[in-house]
Amino acid sequence: MALLRHILSKLGWYAAAFAAALALNFFLPRLLPGNPVDTLIGQALRGHASSETKQRVYETYVAEFGLDQGLWSQFLTYIGKTLQGDFGTSFSRYPAEVATMIGDALPWTIALQLPAVLLGWIIGNLVGAVAAYRRGGFDRSVYLSSLFLTAAPYYCLAVLLLYGLAVALPLFPTGGGWSFGNSPEWSAMFAVDAVSHWFLPFLSLLLVFIGGQAIGMRSMAVYEVDADYVRFAESFGLPDRKIVGYIFRNGMLPQITGLALAIGTLVGGALLTEIVFSYPGIGTLLYDAILNKDYPVIQAVTLLVLIVVLVANFLVDVLYGLIDPRIRAAERGER
Amino acid sequence: MKALKALPARFHIAAAVFLLIAAAGVAGPLAATAGPGDLLGGPFVPPGADFLLGTDHLGRSVGVQLVHGIRTSLYIGLLAGVAGTVLGVLIGTLAGYRGGLADEILMGLTNIMITVPAIIVLLLLSISLDTRSVTVMGICIGAVSWPWTARAVRSQIASLRQREHVDIARLSGSRTWRIIAVELLPYMMSYIVMAFVIQLYGAILAEAALSLLGLGPSGTASLGVMLHWAIAWESIRGGQWWVFLTPTVFITAITFSLLLVQSSLDTVFNPRLRVGKAAR
Repeated sequence: MALLRHILSKLGWYAAAFAAALALNFFLPRLLPGNPVDTLIGQALRGHASSETKQRVYETYVAEFGLDQGLWSQFLTYIGKTLQGDFGTSFSRYPAEVATMIGDALPWTIALQLPAVLLGWIIGNLVGAVAAYRRGGFDRSVYLSSLFLTAAPYYCLAVLLLYGLAVALPLFPTGGGWSFGNSPEWSAMFAVDAVSHWFLPFLSLLLVFIGGQAIGMRSMAVYEVDADYVRFAESFGLPDRKIVGYIFRNGMLPQITGLALAIGTLVGGALLTEIVFSYPGIGTLLYDAILNKDYPVIQAVTLLVLIVVLVANFLVDVLYGLIDPRIRAAERGER
Repeated sequence: MKALKALPARFHIAAAVFLLIAAAGVAGPLAATAGPGDLLGGPFVPPGADFLLGTDHLGRSVGVQLVHGIRTSLYIGLLAGVAGTVLGVLIGTLAGYRGGLADEILMGLTNIMITVPAIIVLLLLSISLDTRSVTVMGICIGAVSWPWTARAVRSQIASLRQREHVDIARLSGSRTWRIIAVELLPYMMSYIVMAFVIQLYGAILAEAALSLLGLGPSGTASLGVMLHWAIAWESIRGGQWWVFLTPTVFITAITFSLLLVQSSLDTVFNPRLRVGKAAR
């Protein structure tokens, strides 16, 4: 019952955040000085202002936002279309549907980010817990290298890996999702090709995630190491592996909150990594859309990222409520 | 001063690296005879006697761009860092000291801002602005980066508020702003300095990320803009290492040194902050 209340109150917060995000996505480009739609059309047409293009861009906007109506009914139109999964048509790759373009790019991004986040979380937390328990030289080197991995922006590490392991030492392909001349299909040959292209961006994300999680876990576990239960376990002569396991489980709870709070940064950074490798996911789609001033695509991608981040946050919150008995106890008022 | 001596060696090394880079960003543009946009030689000239760091795809000197880029990045970082810290401290203090409804509203806003990724808000802001001056970019980044500071400051203030000397000041009729400035903020100074370093770090990263996406400041070089062109003109795959390595190394050096400074400050100042928390 209390758990349900916990979830419901969280749901309320996320609904508010989602409404704010949706409103930002819609109103921000319209609230700035000047007639925003003219600015948008002007920017979209810079360089290639044939009358046919102009007409197409104009019609897209009118159709998409119902421009002849007031701002509020435009907003309602926008929400209605968005709920139906209709994001309009792309400017730069007319007449491609934005929804189809996103659908094509999304699997690549998921295949890249999901394993990297999960593996990075597990490995990073283990490394952090071990470092805090062992202390000394191992701890110091883990701490400094993790700090380096998190301090360097994702794309900087990606640039170094790409140059080091694909250009200077040509072990891996230099980018893209598959080799030139190949095309996506369900065959063993394509799978091998795709995995070889997938590995470097995956490695670069994995390393960054490990670094971030290891630092968080270490600073959490440093306090756990001095706790009575660790001394107690040591005095019984339990093996190190077992004690690190206890520390891991105790330090894990705050780390789950940490994961929730970091998801936004993770997703954003991972999208930038795709650009370095020209990986055919959402990040590269966004990059190309910005270069081509393809506003329907940009807005659809930002909305998608916002939704993913909010849903992931919510799931982590629910998970937290499920596994931490203290939350349930606190909700019932029996601290 | 005593606390400064207690700082580990890595603090001094990191601070020296950061100051050295900052000095290059201040002195470099004054010493350079050419501007960052001047075409000085052929495209992709490797580093040598003519160009210390070579030239980029247009024949602009990478070295000249670098010093200008450092200046731009640091300027945006400082502006956004100051704006973000001041906003965060103001909102956090207001929420923590007032409590009640103001606290609920401000923290609700803060939580929403934390959940919505800042980079997306910045992206939406940036595509809406036709020209982006460095000052506008700095203000935009500062305007979205305050929530973390606000949340932390709020919890500190809420516990400090319970202390006896604050009660005494209140009973003796001090005004609210005086209590905040004299009785509360001095306890927060070490924390505010650390928050500022983190804000500076985050702002430099945000600028670099936006510039990498092609939404950087118009008409000037910045470290992120340099990286953007390096990637757009395929210098990594072309093997022109001086073009992409220069901004990469400097972005990494700046952010790594800032994070090291912050983490060393943390080891020195945190025990006292923990005492503050425990008193709650």
